[in-house]
Amino acid sequence: MARIIVDVMPKPEILDPQGKAVHGALPRLGFDGVTDVRQGKRFELQVEDADDHTLAEVERIAGTLLSNPVIEDFTVRVEDAS
Amino acid sequence: MSRIGVVTFPGSLDDADAARAVRLAGAEPVALWHGDHDLAGVDAIVLPGGFSYGDYLRCGAIARFAPIMTEVVAASERGVPVLGICNGFQILCESHLLPGALIRNDHRTFVCRDQVLAVENASTAWTTDFESGQHVTIPLKNGEGSFVADAQTIERLEGEGRVVFRYVGANPNGSVNAIAGITNERGNVVGLMPHPEHAVEELTGPSGGTDGLGLFTSALTALVS
Repeated sequence: MARIIVDVMPKPEILDPQGKAVHGALPRLGFDGVTDVRQGKRFELQVEDADDHTLAEVERIAGTLLSNPVIEDFTVRVEDAS
Repeated sequence: MSRIGVVTFPGSLDDADAARAVRLAGAEPVALWHGDHDLAGVDAIVLPGGFSYGDYLRCGAIARFAPIMTEVVAASERGVPVLGICNGFQILCESHLLPGALIRNDHRTFVCRDQVLAVENASTAWTTDFESGQHVTIPLKNGEGSFVADAQTIERLEGEGRVVFRYVGANPNGSVNAIAGITNERGNVVGLMPHPEHAVEELTGPSGGTDGLGLFTSALTALVS
């Protein structure tokens, strides 16, 4: 078994109101050192084997369902076996 | 009598109101089910508002892959009029029947109000009963209604007259160029965030207005001609 991680983030030029809300809350909690926050999504896909075929399939899954290419970028990586 | 289908997805809220608007406009509403590969031979299709699949993942992202959407996409390519309202607009964007995307309102809060819109394109299948430049008042209610697209797409939409409705007055959600609704190249597919199906009767419309009815009667005109 292997685990593939797909990270989805709003494109840099797209406004991220959720990240802004989180950022806005930090000073109220006494944290002053953070200059910006962007909020994304992390998907963990459990697969039998993270071979090239499966990775190519996950790329397609990430590009069609997990992310919307109009507003989001994604990265795919295999999690290190621990 | 023309038959206009209204698709119900799990989480659709305004399918009953949309069907009512279709009936008031003088057509026969036909209930369509997301899980079917069957459009029941309808002449036009409405994707109603609501929260299909609980807005999980992204608004409209899962509804896009519902069996009925294969048929909706094929029908739209044949020129069948398709109207997406609010969540329906989000589904049309996720399906790539319309360009761009709808993201969270810039002020981060849900907005619910009677909204004045300018009709910018009165030649789509859903807007011929309006005059170009006409102002209409239609309820707006959403949390993720901010229309975005890359600069090139916006330039194309504006240049080709494909912005159908624009917000008048303060921009309610941060939409680029105050865009409230757009159409495809052919003019048969229209999506908008405000809810015309809530402005079709004097008793319940904004200030007794029935401005929303024009979208549904326009479709009838398009079908007869």
